[in-house]
Amino acid sequence: MKAVLTVIGRDTVGILAQVSADCAAHNVNIEDVSQSVLQDLFCMIMLVDVSACELSLADFAEFMSEKGKAKGLAIHVMHEDIFKAMHSI
Amino acid sequence: MLNTHDILETIRMIQDENLDIRTITMGISLLDCADSNISRSCGKIHTKICRLAENLVKVGDDIGREYGIPIINKRVAVTPIAMLLAASGGDPIEYAKTLDKAAHDVGINFIGGYSALVQKGFAAGDEALIRSIPQALADTERVCSSANIGSTKAGINMDAVALMGKIIRECAVKTSGRNCIGAAKFVVFCNAPEDNPFMAGAFHGAGEPDCVINVGVSGPGVVRNAIAKIPGGDITAIADTIKKTAFKITRIGQLVALQASQRLGVPFGIVDLSLAPTPAIGDSVAYILEEMGLEQCGAHGTTAALALLNDAVKKGGVMASSHVGGLSGAFIPVSEDAGMIAAAHSGALTLEKLEAMTAVCSVGLDMIVLPGDTSADVLSAILADEAAIGMVNNKTTAVRLIPAIGKNIGDELEFGGLLGSGPVMAVNGKSPAKFIARGGRIPAPIHSLKN
Repeated sequence: MKAVLTVIGRDTVGILAQVSADCAAHNVNIEDVSQSVLQDLFCMIMLVDVSACELSLADFAEFMSEKGKAKGLAIHVMHEDIFKAMHSI
Repeated sequence: MLNTHDILETIRMIQDENLDIRTITMGISLLDCADSNISRSCGKIHTKICRLAENLVKVGDDIGREYGIPIINKRVAVTPIAMLLAASGGDPIEYAKTLDKAAHDVGINFIGGYSALVQKGFAAGDEALIRSIPQALADTERVCSSANIGSTKAGINMDAVALMGKIIRECAVKTSGRNCIGAAKFVVFCNAPEDNPFMAGAFHGAGEPDCVINVGVSGPGVVRNAIAKIPGGDITAIADTIKKTAFKITRIGQLVALQASQRLGVPFGIVDLSLAPTPAIGDSVAYILEEMGLEQCGAHGTTAALALLNDAVKKGGVMASSHVGGLSGAFIPVSEDAGMIAAAHSGALTLEKLEAMTAVCSVGLDMIVLPGDTSADVLSAILADEAAIGMVNNKTTAVRLIPAIGKNIGDELEFGGLLGSGPVMAVNGKSPAKFIARGGRIPAPIHSLKN
């Protein structure tokens, strides 16, 4: 099962490293990453495989959201299907 | 990989623009619960609802958490109880209490179907059930009630219309200490859909399967923001934008409906692709109309803007779902829509303008607060007008009026929650009493003879 992980917030050193480490800690594999920094705003989108994650997707999403809040970042993890349903026919 | 713009758009819709699934409604047939003994009948009903809907709330919450989209309500709609009362006789309030208890036991906030279909006349059980509605809604917390008093095929049952005015008043009187909430849980239809997932008018029609999952989507805020991005666009551009947005919203509804259906082991019925407002800021249908260029909802041009919105929502949504049904379109409940409340307050939106708007919206005169001394005859006449619009235009019209007992123009009725609050609106004071007292039936219009 795949999910889309998005990170939005002020750019600081080590965001990518921190998010990757949090994913690895729960056995979540990062398959694709795209990121951009517009002025001071950091925006990263990851496609992750959560099949081997020991948490449920909802719990992992909550975990990442809390981790993000601690650093002033908005982190959302959502099922890939919701984006596919909305944006492809 | 998915396009960055698309991903951020979806997240913005959910986080900032109030996109949600308004309801997953399980339709349950109670026809096999009919029994000549009312206690046995009630026992079977409770068992069946609890068996089928046991996991409804959990599954809804799981899907919401897993997909990251709020699913606001989980509800149940049942076979019109008048059909069971026809077999059992006895005190219909027992059925209301059974439904209330079942709703409580499975953890849902509303259960619909304390209903009777009387468009052509009263069958066994119908009149007794209708007369019990005020007491049933006063004695229960979660039961919703409805009646169908007309259709394009059958015409309008004016005996029922006359009775309904009295019932609406009585619903308000019996709950006058609780903001007349009884009247807010009772809907009178013309051309009632049998698969509508939205309360208070949801019931499970006789032609429906034993159990079915219907889903109602929402998202007025998403549509408004999409229009806001094309400030210089002409009306064609606005219609196209609404269509594309409605498509995206409905795709989410379809996804959730299929997931719910699969996890509950219940067939998927329909997606109702309605724009259903809530009192939350930014979740208003009136604001969409204002975004199109009206100073305030209710101004001249409102009916045209609403017609365009209603049609574009259907056109965009219909391709996004394998089965579309229910009410599908734009709702205009006054007390549940921040923009409508403001327009009613300022005097821009009147009852007469609302009536015109109902000719092109997906429902009808919904959640309108009237002076407490509005007579039953006037209420009946408003119902008759609205049913006539539905009958002649081959569309559903629903009426949910709340006579605010003890209040008058300038006062406000506060329901709280999704039902919101509404200012008392002015009513034409001339008497229709003689017309309503005549009874009988308005014949079906000529274009009903299509065979």
